[in-house]
Parts: sequence; C-alpha cells; structure tokens
Amino acid sequence: MVFVIGASVLKVGDHWEKSLRNLAAEASIAAIRDAGEVDVDYLIVANSLSGVINGQENLGSYIASHLGLIGVPAVKVEAANASGAAAAMLAGSLIRSGEARRILVVGVEKMTDYTSLEDSNTALSTLIDSEYEAFHGATLDSMHALVMRDYMRKYRISREDFSYFPIIMHENAVDTPHAQYRFKVDLNAYITSPLIAEPLSMMDVPGISDGAAALVLSSKDEGPNGNAKIVSSGQATDRISLYNRTSLVEMPSIRMALKRALSRVDDFKPDFYSIEEYSSVSGYIAVEELGLVGRGEAYKLFRDGEARRDGSTPVNPEGGSKARGDPIGATSVYQLAEAYFQLTGRAQGWQVSGARRALVLSIGGLGSNSIVHLMEGA
Amino acid sequence: MWAYWLSVPSHWREIPARYRLEGGICRSCGHTMLPKEDICPVCGSRDIAVKQLPRRGTVVNYSVIWNAPRGYEYYTPYIIALVRLEDGTMVLSQLTDVTPSEVAEGMEVEMVLRKVRVSGESGIIAYAYKFRPLMRGD
Ligand SMILES: [Zn+2]
Repeated sequence: MVFVIGASVLKVGDHWEKSLRNLAAEASIAAIRDAGEVDVDYLIVANSLSGVINGQENLGSYIASHLGLIGVPAVKVEAANASGAAAAMLAGSLIRSGEARRILVVGVEKMTDYTSLEDSNTALSTLIDSEYEAFHGATLDSMHALVMRDYMRKYRISREDFSYFPIIMHENAVDTPHAQYRFKVDLNAYITSPLIAEPLSMMDVPGISDGAAALVLSSKDEGPNGNAKIVSSGQATDRISLYNRTSLVEMPSIRMALKRALSRVDDFKPDFYSIEEYSSVSGYIAVEELGLVGRGEAYKLFRDGEARRDGSTPVNPEGGSKARGDPIGATSVYQLAEAYFQLTGRAQGWQVSGARRALVLSIGGLGSNSIVHLMEGA
Repeated sequence: MWAYWLSVPSHWREIPARYRLEGGICRSCGHTMLPKEDICPVCGSRDIAVKQLPRRGTVVNYSVIWNAPRGYEYYTPYIIALVRLEDGTMVLSQLTDVTPSEVAEGMEVEMVLRKVRVSGESGIIAYAYKFRPLMRGD
C-alpha cells in the first residue's frame, strides 16, 4: 500500500524573487515538516519545462543537491501537465516493489523567468508535436481552440456555454489560500475576454505561473497529521498530433487510464473529482470521459452548479488549473497534495464536507498522456 | 533566454515533406500520412513507402491565432487549419492569402511554398507548405 503522509502547496503565481531550486526547496521542506521531519530514501522531481525555460536539466541531482540529499537516488519525471501524476505513479511502484520506503515527490515549474507571452507560448508549444504542429505556428492554445470549434459544431453549443466552467472554477478558488486567481468572474467577463486563438479566449485557459508542491509518500501509515492512501493508479497515452486522431472531441486516453485504475479496485465512488484541465473544453471532455455526464452535456454539470464544491458532483474544489493556477509540471502534484488535504480534513475553507474518496485525473498535453489516481482517507 | 530557435539540421531533414508534401503510405492498410512515420499509426505495419501527397484539399477545422509564439509575431493574426488532402491525408498547416473572415470549413485550398518562420537575425529562414484558397479556373 502507498500512503501520502505529508504534503505542501506554495501559492501559485509570480515568484520573481525565487528560482526553480528555491521553489522546489521551499515546498520540499514544508512537506517533510508536515510528514514529521522524516528521512526520505528517494527523490522524484516532477517538471516539464525546465530545459526550455530555465536552461537546467538533470533536475534529480540538481534539486537533491540543494536539499542536501546527497547520495539519495533522484530523477526527474516529465509528462507535460501530468508530470506530477507520473512521478507519483512511479513512486508508488518503487514503494510497492520495496525499492524505496519513503519518497519525496516535488513538482516545480518556474515559468515567469520568461517575461514575454511569445516565449511562454514557445515553451508551451513543446507539449504538442514540435516538428509538424509547433513549426507551423500552432500553439497549445490553438490546438485546444481546434478542439473547441469541433466540440461546438458537433454538440451545437455556443461559445457562451463554455463560460460555466471558468465561472465555477473561479468561484471555488475564492476560498483557496494557495490559488492564483481568487476572484469571481461572470458571463460578461467571459464574453469580453480577448480571443487568443479563435474561438478560445484568455478566460478559457490558465495564466502563466510559478509554483511548487510536494508530497511525502511512504510504505507505512505514519503521518503525524493524518494520511491518505493511493488505492490505485492508471495511465494511458494517445497520439500527440491532432491530425492523427480520429475524433477531436474525445480523449480515449482518459477512458483507458480510468479503466486501468478501476480494474484494481472493487467499487470506488469518489466524493469529489480533481481534473487537470488546460482549457474549458478539455475540462468538459474530461468529465464526459469519466462518465459523469453524456457527450456534449458537460456544460450542464457546471451551469446547474452540480460541480460546485457543495454540489452533488464536486469538481476541482480548489479552483482547478483555471483559477488555482497551472504551473505545468507541478500542477498534478498540486492535485494530489490538495486531495490529501481534503481526505485528511485539512482543506480549511475549501473543504468538501465528508470527503473520503477522491478521483484525481491529470491530463498531459492535449489528452496525449492521461493519469488517474484513486485516493482514500486512511 | 533559452527559447527554442529552429536548427539547420532539423529543418534540412524535413525538407522533402515541408517543401513538396512528400509523405508516406502504408503498404498494408493504405493509410497515408505526413510526415512519413516508421510504423503505421492505423494498423501498426512497418512497411511504409514514400508517397507524393496531393497538393489540393479542403479545410476541415481552423483557428485564428492572436497570441503567437516567438518567430511568428510578424504574421499575427494568422490561421492554423486542419486540411484534408484529396487522398484523405490530414495535415496541419497555416492558411495564407486569405483573411480570417473569409475562411470557412469546407473551403477548397491548394498548397504553396511560403516562408514560415524566421529565427532571429542570425537564424535560418524556414520555408514550408501553406495552403491558400484554390484559384478557380486553374
Ligand atoms: Zn497501416
């Protein structure tokens, strides 16, 4: 069994005065403290863009050095926005195999070292196919825009119908201390938001942010502040290029990852869902792929408030990538840490009442790498 | 500043595809592709032959980009489209010689060779396919 025995999340946002290593260290120290100052025998760094943005690779040794973990095995795991989820999956198997007993998983992304939108877009377009998409000027945003246009056409829904997603996400984030955007937005803010890749607007995607979050995973249920179990995990990939896909409005990797995760448990009914959504439309597709609603009907879940923190099917009680913020390679460590806080009853102000089980879905790239973690309060 | 600038070898080796739409065809299932893959994404066959893809097609889906990456600012706003070539091959490309308001799904287009990106003052000027509205009577 794999237990989360401690965690930490830094506020997502602009951390001009801190470097990649400062952020990683701050989150790591806080998580180790939360876990009771335990020793760790393995370090996994989750990150996606350090090579492009910070000119630093070999992050396993780099972060281990700065944490004084000399001699401890360390590695970087990269799977775009799902890097952290992949790191936790790898950590889980190292613990189950007996290779490690306690693992520090730290997710870190330092995006504001690029100060222009052009450069941030360049970095983000390394998450899609570089030679046959990004070379032609396509961006991660524009790929989501193509999906959004196809979704609107197939299901005959309007651009405004996507507004329910950011509206609920921002509403949830108001009470989340570590969220980047703690303010509400409304339909008017959505409609007047500038288009960045038609029909997708600024309000459909996350901002640019720095962040770090960390988890301490253990083979024992030993956390002084309570612990949670990772019950099962599943992962699947899809073709990275949109032109190679048979449907733009489906993300079969989510279905496959879910199926794999569920195949190892008897009956799992989550009390809330954490979904790494890079855009409103991928958020909608995600809840459809998870089977929460029928195809083309995701907007109803958000429009009718069911996805609210106190609704019947809470989705992203902390505000999701849209409003909590999306420091790409760190984001899914945030998801897992947040789920841990929820399941141990420590999500003060943003708690889903009575949360005992969580389904955490992380989506790398444009559905090209999906990971599902099923978690339970211990 | 570690932004990605296009390297000469990486552009050079893609020239057959980028200059003249040289792609691949699976000898096993007939699937056509750009670029030519080593393994067919449809049937898994490793028997892929070079194929000259048709230069005409139709726009299946598109987006207008207002927020460009480094190297493409000059073209903003520009149009990215999924184009289905006459033989069914799907390609992602920029559209050219057309304004965003004139673009429509189903629009017939043809390939032209155009400048795609300039990588700084000392970098290479990369040319590749773009698609423009088909000139009637050609
Ligand atoms: Zn084939």
